[in-house]
Amino acid sequence: MSHTPNRWKRYADWDARPLRLDRFAAEDPAHGFSAFSSPADPKPGIGIKAGRVISIDGVLERDFDMIDRFIARHHLDLDIALEAMAMDSGEVARMLVDMHVPREKLVRLAHGMTPAKLADVVSRLNALEIAFAYSKMRARKTPGNQAHVTNAKDDPLQLAADAATAVAFGFDEIETTMRVSRNAWSNALACAVGGAVGRWGTLFQCSSEEAEELRIGMAGFTSYAETVSVYGTEKSFTDGDDTPWSKAFLAAAYASRGIKMRCTSGAGSELLMGFHESKSLLYLEARCLCLQRGMGVQGTQNGGIDGAPVTATVPGGVRELMAENLIAVWLDLECASGNDARTTESEIRVGAKILPYLVAGSDLICSGFGSILAYDNSFNPSLFNGEELEDYLVLQRDFEADGGLTPLPESRATELRQRAVEALGAVFDELGLAQATDKMKGSVVAASGSLETESFTPREASIISEKIKEQGLDVVAVIKALAKRGFREEAENLLAVVKLRLSGDYLQTSAMVRDGRIVSAINDPNDYLGPGSGYRVSEERRLELNSIRDVIDQKEVLRQEAQHEKPEKARIGYKSLGEAHPGDAKNEVVIGISPAFGLKLFQTTAGHNLSEILSTLTGAIKARGLKPRIVRFNHTADTSFLGLSAARLSGSGIGIGIQAKGTAVIHQRDRLPHNNLELFSNAPITRIEHYKGMGSNAAAYALGEMPEPIVVPTKGEAMGSRYHARTALIYAIETELTREGAAPEEIEVSFKS
Amino acid sequence: MKRSDYPLAETAPHDVKGQRGKAYADITLDAVISGDVTMEDLRITPQALRAQASIARDVNRPTLAKNFERGAELVAVPQEFIMQCYELLRPGRAKSKDDLLAAARTMRDTYEATDIAAFIEEAAQAYEERGLFVKRF
Repeated sequence: MSHTPNRWKRYADWDARPLRLDRFAAEDPAHGFSAFSSPADPKPGIGIKAGRVISIDGVLERDFDMIDRFIARHHLDLDIALEAMAMDSGEVARMLVDMHVPREKLVRLAHGMTPAKLADVVSRLNALEIAFAYSKMRARKTPGNQAHVTNAKDDPLQLAADAATAVAFGFDEIETTMRVSRNAWSNALACAVGGAVGRWGTLFQCSSEEAEELRIGMAGFTSYAETVSVYGTEKSFTDGDDTPWSKAFLAAAYASRGIKMRCTSGAGSELLMGFHESKSLLYLEARCLCLQRGMGVQGTQNGGIDGAPVTATVPGGVRELMAENLIAVWLDLECASGNDARTTESEIRVGAKILPYLVAGSDLICSGFGSILAYDNSFNPSLFNGEELEDYLVLQRDFEADGGLTPLPESRATELRQRAVEALGAVFDELGLAQATDKMKGSVVAASGSLETESFTPREASIISEKIKEQGLDVVAVIKALAKRGFREEAENLLAVVKLRLSGDYLQTSAMVRDGRIVSAINDPNDYLGPGSGYRVSEERRLELNSIRDVIDQKEVLRQEAQHEKPEKARIGYKSLGEAHPGDAKNEVVIGISPAFGLKLFQTTAGHNLSEILSTLTGAIKARGLKPRIVRFNHTADTSFLGLSAARLSGSGIGIGIQAKGTAVIHQRDRLPHNNLELFSNAPITRIEHYKGMGSNAAAYALGEMPEPIVVPTKGEAMGSRYHARTALIYAIETELTREGAAPEEIEVSFKS
Repeated sequence: MKRSDYPLAETAPHDVKGQRGKAYADITLDAVISGDVTMEDLRITPQALRAQASIARDVNRPTLAKNFERGAELVAVPQEFIMQCYELLRPGRAKSKDDLLAAARTMRDTYEATDIAAFIEEAAQAYEERGLFVKRF
């Protein structure tokens, strides 16, 4: 009978991990699955004759498709093109990562480069170099972030509360969209009101059908638009129902209405639309980006976007997303750098995806961080969602990197949510749009997501939306309603955002509002030229990033310990009998306790009272017919030395050393300090039964037996992350009490009932 | 206008005006409450867009400047006509080059939008050469 296994079960373990839900695609350039290069990609090149572009990347003028034609006419600067195209791509790549080469010099060269040239240069950089170059080349110095604010019911009350919360977390922009397209006006009004709670300056967009979106913008509810998509092949473009000219016309229309605007493009869109021409993802994206600069838009939402998940299935796909973002900023475009559509089920891949952006900074690190729960995200789940927002806050703190967000105290969040639903309820009432009851508002304030609310339904939102549209309500009516109903601060805030469109200052590249002032690539240009330059986290900002919740310090640990002092004193008494001396009774086992044991510290990190630990140990030793002796050491708090010192005083030569936090050893007097008989290092998971076994085994060793060592089972918990901060603080309390050469004390313990 | 004139709302709050001539600095909440402010007062002017265009040029963003200039031309164009032109520029909407050329003429003759007109004409030429005047739905 053979027992040859047919599978290593580790593969079954791996099968069960979220990662295995991700599917990966083979590299296949012919079918568009190639990140950086495809045989179909053209070689960089340009032909100029009599001030006219006669070829781009090997395509002659008569064969230009709409994209080539637009790039030739509107992107390429012919005064620079010959010089830039003649440069060695490797040399330009090195300039991108050379901190001594200023950004402006590289931006100037990009004005004369074709898509194939730009792609050729950035594809020479590895992931780290891309991230570095991105950090150097992005247009605005101060990083920012954008949130999605949506919910599964299009409930306006929840939108208002969630918009207020997103604003408070520090998002510079919020973007909404609808489950039901006719709810656009309701969504827009709700987010505009919610986004005016707490502070002013968060820009807001309502992603909807092009014409409707512009109308909503003209009514003053929104302040920017970004869903003006462009594509890297002509057929994708026309299937997307647009052309470079129609989109450029739309860009001018937004400018004419004083509304900030950026385009959207990203790897994988042509692949998903079926017209990739067997070109690499990066090359197609380089075309999109040259096109956008040619259109004269200030910025781009770029980095896969809806195509990010399919891009991430391709080898090198995530590096490609970074590379296309680099081209965007190199072309001097504001970059809302993707990190929105969730590319993976693996939290490890999520964390890895965000890190380069977090440390490099970006105009908008996520072009849609899901500030709401994943199921409420009407764009589809984001890379980060409401569930993981605190993880992101901690990443900022870990790397001292400004990801644009600031921790929000719980009480403040509740306060703002309450204010937001009250404000919107008042506007609805004042304008005769709907009645928001206290019950509805209450459910929304408390709700983490729409499954928990008893509020407006999608149908009711449609009725509200239709009324707003039919009555021709605009933001002025909403501002008046807010002011009339006592929400003067919110009225001021909303007016301040609408007023931005008068000067058009926020139409310039990479503009956002910080502390009531416009900050853009013009008055806050990225001036990176090496360490000490570019964006630096100020000390003030660092303290903000640090202010995550539930941080412990020694004061907090002592406060928690003090709570146990009185009840412990009712259970156990420690009486010092003077200096302890070596014993000669073969039947004794010495238990060496640490300096703060039972005096300043009263529980193990697993939460067991030290009285119970001592009664268990002594009970187990007695059960084997031996005699426990308790000695307090004051010269050391180290487990090994406590154990060895105890063993040296013990007539049997066996001792137990135990710290107040519960870490313990069984030692034998002739062994080296760290070569003990048994070690119980994982105090947080060491249970009473293990301490019983410890006492029992110590007795067994004293009797000359060889017992089965006690193994405290671990499930692989990250013990260090859970306990080390507390442990280190507790241990410091012990070490503070130690005195060099201090004599051991014989302790008489009395258990009270 | 240069980089140093930016941001206009801070450097010249009394010169930045809405479409009815009301200055940025005078658009206050009390003015809104008293009914003195309408959406017209909150609309950008061609002057402001041209100022932003010259600032954009000063910081080496010529394509952005051109977009602002096209935008300046569209300020006075009614929303319906803007949307009509946008629709015509989408693939297959115009039956022939003539539809686009007519729109361009209106832009030039009625609204003095010369850059926009030239831009639409350029599109018409491109669409013809790329065979875009085909029925799509």
